[in-house]
Amino acid sequence: MAVIKIPTPLRVYTDNQADITVSGATVAQILEDLLVQYPDLKPHLFQEGKLRNFVNVFLGDEDIRFLSGVDTPISDDAKLRIIPSIAGGRVAHRA
Amino acid sequence: MAIILPKTLQTSIFTQMENTYPNEGGGFLLGEQKDGDVFIRDVIQVENVFESEEQYHRYAMTPQNWANMEDKADELGLSLVGYYHSHPDSPAVPSEYDRVHALPNFVYIISSVVNKQAVDMRVWLLQDDREAFNAKELVVED
Repeated sequence: MAVIKIPTPLRVYTDNQADITVSGATVAQILEDLLVQYPDLKPHLFQEGKLRNFVNVFLGDEDIRFLSGVDTPISDDAKLRIIPSIAGGRVAHRA
Repeated sequence: MAIILPKTLQTSIFTQMENTYPNEGGGFLLGEQKDGDVFIRDVIQVENVFESEEQYHRYAMTPQNWANMEDKADELGLSLVGYYHSHPDSPAVPSEYDRVHALPNFVYIISSVVNKQAVDMRVWLLQDDREAFNAKELVVED
């Protein structure tokens, strides 16, 4: 079974577990299984059925966006990781 | 819930923000949660990787920054409890851009910097429904 690492702030939705064992043949199936186990994660990872743009999924050291996205095939011993992209900023006008 | 920040770390954040002015700066907050409060134990400056011409109103880190810091926090027995950034010539309140990119259960410290002087620091937490930030009490300890 593959393992997916949850970012610290979202572990409150996974019973404070950092590493979750998940099953699936693709990233999409892995995420689906994760949300079946921990449905409270969903609004923080997905928006209108798609991964939020600041939510990154890595397979090993590779961002799945540079592989085949959520269709990326997953081996049985794969290590995945959800990593947020931190971003912020003031209102967009010059003072 | 209150956020407890040592005065030396607040000074460190303010100095960094004044040095990055007129651009935004930021970094991670390492600490621990205890009795419902969050104690900040260290602040780690992280380079702004947003396009340089947009850094006057935008701040970003790479996913690798996050992964490395989360692993380091685990090694230190601390947690990645939040992040801080500046709003140059703008109030220390979250923007819509901040909200859209935010996570719950994560401390957001925003510093207002005006004319290269840090003038305000406020702490915010995203609501669980992601609809808004709520202000939290900041306790700066000597």
